[in-house]
Amino acid sequence: MNEPATPDAASPEEGDPEGRTDDERERSEPTDGTDTAEEEAAAREEAATREPGSGAAAVVAALEAAGVETAFGVQGGAIMPVYDALSASTVDHVTMAHEQGAVHAADAYGIVRGDPGVCMATSGPGATNLVTGIADASMDSDAMLALTGQVPSDMVGSDAFQETDTVGVTAPITKHNYFANDSDEVGRTVGEAFALANTGRPGPTLVDLPKDVTFGETDRPVGEPTAPDRAVPDLEADEEQVEAAARAIQTAERPLCLFGGGVIKGDATEQARAFAREFEIPVVTTMPGIGSFPEDDDLCLSWAGMHGTGYANMAITHTDCLIAVGTRFDDRLTGGVDTFAPEAEVVHVDIDPAEISKNVHADYPVVGDAATVIDQLDAAIGYGDAPDTESWRAQCDEWRERYPMDYAIDPDEPVKPQFVVEAFDAAMDDDAYVTTGVGQHQMWAAQYWTFTTPRTFVSSHGLGTMGYGLPGAIGARVAADDDREVISFEGDGSFLMTIQELSVAVREHLDITVVVLNNEYIGMVRQWQDAFFEGNHMASQYDWMPEFDTLAEAFGAKGFRIDEYDDVEEVVEAALAYDGPSVVDAHIDPEENVYPMVASGAANGQFALAEDQL
Amino acid sequence: MAGPTPEERPHPTGRRDEHGVRKEPDHGPEPTRRATVSALVEDEPGVLARAAGLFRRRQFNIESLTVGPTTVEGHSRITLVVEETEAGIEQAKKQLAKLTPVIAVGELSGDAVAAELVLLKVRGEEPDKVHAITSMYDGQTLDAGPRTITVQITGDETTIDDAIDAFDQFGIIEIARTGQTALERGDSPTTPGEEPGHSAGSTDDDEFTNYDD
Repeated sequence: MNEPATPDAASPEEGDPEGRTDDERERSEPTDGTDTAEEEAAAREEAATREPGSGAAAVVAALEAAGVETAFGVQGGAIMPVYDALSASTVDHVTMAHEQGAVHAADAYGIVRGDPGVCMATSGPGATNLVTGIADASMDSDAMLALTGQVPSDMVGSDAFQETDTVGVTAPITKHNYFANDSDEVGRTVGEAFALANTGRPGPTLVDLPKDVTFGETDRPVGEPTAPDRAVPDLEADEEQVEAAARAIQTAERPLCLFGGGVIKGDATEQARAFAREFEIPVVTTMPGIGSFPEDDDLCLSWAGMHGTGYANMAITHTDCLIAVGTRFDDRLTGGVDTFAPEAEVVHVDIDPAEISKNVHADYPVVGDAATVIDQLDAAIGYGDAPDTESWRAQCDEWRERYPMDYAIDPDEPVKPQFVVEAFDAAMDDDAYVTTGVGQHQMWAAQYWTFTTPRTFVSSHGLGTMGYGLPGAIGARVAADDDREVISFEGDGSFLMTIQELSVAVREHLDITVVVLNNEYIGMVRQWQDAFFEGNHMASQYDWMPEFDTLAEAFGAKGFRIDEYDDVEEVVEAALAYDGPSVVDAHIDPEENVYPMVASGAANGQFALAEDQL
Repeated sequence: MAGPTPEERPHPTGRRDEHGVRKEPDHGPEPTRRATVSALVEDEPGVLARAAGLFRRRQFNIESLTVGPTTVEGHSRITLVVEETEAGIEQAKKQLAKLTPVIAVGELSGDAVAAELVLLKVRGEEPDKVHAITSMYDGQTLDAGPRTITVQITGDETTIDDAIDAFDQFGIIEIARTGQTALERGDSPTTPGEEPGHSAGSTDDDEFTNYDD
C-alpha cells in the first residue's frame, strides 16, 4: 500500500474535511448574483453586437454571446484559426489529451450545468475521435455543441490531408449538423447550433468549419443565439390529453411513477417529487433518471431494468398504471417488450412526440415539457380524488423486504466492490457528483450509492461507452461549484481506455478521486461468459493491467491501493483529503457479479438473484 | 440474496405485442400496409441524404422516394412510399418530422393523385406493335431506331406495372422508373398547414409566394 498523501500536498485544515485552502473556500462562497448577472448579460450583448473581423472571431463571438464559459478540445491544422481567435476570448479552453476526452468532458459539463457543453477538434482524425462521444450524447439526449475544423472549401471532396465528411459521418448521431460555407454566416450558425442543442428534447449539434471560412473576413455581428422556430415545441400539453391521463391515474389501483432522464433534463425534479408525494404513488426511476427522486425516500424503489432492484422490477411488472415521464423505454429498462408492465395502462409524458409509442404503446400520450405537464396533471387530478395506494404501497414495501440489495462480506476474502462504493458514499456529501465508466463497476456504483440530488449521477447510459468516467469527472469538476465533491468509479478495462486524461487532471489540478474497481477482468463480459458461454473467458481476462496507483504517480497524481477490508477506511479518508487528482486502485473480488439481473430480452419480474437463476 | 426464485414469484398473465400494445397472448403478426408520405422540406444541401439516412438507419421498409422543387422558392417536396405496420408508419412520419430541415409531413389519403414515370427501351423489330401498345397507355415514343425503341409511360403504379407486362413481349432491354410522386386531391393540402402557392408563369407575378411572408 502506498503512503498516504504527503504533508505538503494534502494538509487538511481542521474543520474542513475536504482539505480546501482558504482561497478555494472563498471562491465557492455564494455571491448575491446581481452584479454578476448584469455583467454577464452585458458581456453577451457586447459579443452579439461586436464586429468580429474574421469567421473564426465570429465563431468565438457566438460562443460568448451564448454565455459559454468553458470549451474542451484538442488543437489541429484545420481548427487553428478558431483557436487563435479563442486566445483573446473570455471562453476558457481546457486542452484534453485526446478528442474523446474532450467530448466526454463537454458532455458531463453539460449534464452538471444544464447548458450545452462545448467541444472542439480539428478535421479528419480530430473529428472522427469525437464521434463516440457525440453518439453517446445523442443516445442520452445530452445538449452539446461540437465544433470541428475542416479542410478549405475548395479542397473539400478531394480526399485532402485530414479530410473527412464530418457532416455525413455525424448526421445520424446529431440532432442536427451544419457545414459552414460563409464567413458572414458562420457566427449565426454556431449560435443557432448552440441554441438548438438546448431546445425541446436536448441533443448534440455540430458545426463543421472549413479553414477558409474561419480565415475569411467578416464584420457581421453574430446576434443572439436563436433556435429555428420550428424546433421550439409547445411546453404545455393538450388539455384533453391531460384530462384523460388524469382520469386513468385516479382510477388506478396500483399506480407507479417511472421517472426518466427527461425529468432531470427538463428541470422537473421538484414537480415530479411533489407529484409522487402528494398522491402517495411509489416511484421507480430509469438509470438516467437516477437523482430525480431521492433514493432514501420511503416512496422510492430505486431504478428498474436489467440490473435494477428486485422491488423496482416487481413493481413495474405488477403496476396497473405506469406514469412514465421523460423516458424512451430502452430495452435495458423494459427487458422483452412483450412482458413489460403487461397489466399497465401507460401514461407517457414526453417533449418529443416521436418517443410516444416508439417502443411501448402509450394508452395516454401527453406531449409536453415534463415540469409543465406534471403541474397540469397535478391540477387535473386535484385533491380528494387521488387513488388509494395504501395496500399497493404495502405490497411494494413487502417486495423491498423480500428482495433487498445485499451482498456477503467475508473478512478473509477479497474486498467486495459494493463495500468500496458504500464506504465512499458514507464519507462524501449527498450532493457529490459521481461519474462512471461502463461495466460492472458502473452498476455497483448505481446500485450501492444512495443518490438524492439531480444531475449527480453522470454516466454513459444508452451507448454504454467504456472510458467515460475520467473525462466525465474532469467535465463535472470544471462545471461544478468548488464545494461539491467529484468521484469517478472506473473498472480496470474502462479506465485504461481514456487514462491519458489523468495528465489533464494533474495539469489543471482538479480535485477528483478516481476509484478503480479492479478485478482484472472486463467484468461484465466475464459475467455474461459465465452465464451464457459456459465460462469461456475469451479476451475478457485482463491480468496484464498496470499498477494503477503507481501509474497515477507517474502522471503526477496521487496513488492509493486497497487490497483488503482493513485498507478501506484509511484510503477513503486519505484519497478524499488529497487536494488534487487521486487514483484508488481497489483490488476487488474478481469473481463478484452484478445482481439482480434480468437476462437480455427476458421479463423484468424474472430477475435472477444468482447465476443459477438465469 | 434472499427472496423467492423466479418461478415462485407472482406473474401477471398479460402480454404485449412487438409494438408494446397490450394483447391476448395468441395474437398474430401485425399486418403491413403501403403509405404515401409527403414531406415539405427546406431545399438545403444534404436534406435528401438526411431523409434517406433516417429511413435506412431505422430500418423502415422504403418502396420509393422522389424529390423535387415546389412552387415556393427554397422548398422541396419529398414523396415516400413505405410498407410498414400501422405503428411503423406513424413512427416513420414522426421521425421524419423531427429532422430540422423538414417543414411539414403528411400522409396522403386513399384518393390522392399519384403518378409515376417509366422509360422503357424495347427491341425495335416490331415497331408497329410497340407503337400500338404505347398508344394504348397514352405513352410517347422518345426514340426509335432500327434495333431499339424507347417509350415513356406515366400513370399510377398499377398502370405502369401493366404497361411493363405488355411491353415484355418485345423484349425489354432497359427500364428506368422514377418512383411515385403524389398530391392530395382538390383543396386539401398535401402536408398539414401547407398553403396554396402560385407558380411563376401562371400569374403576372414572377416572384414565388413565400409561405413565411
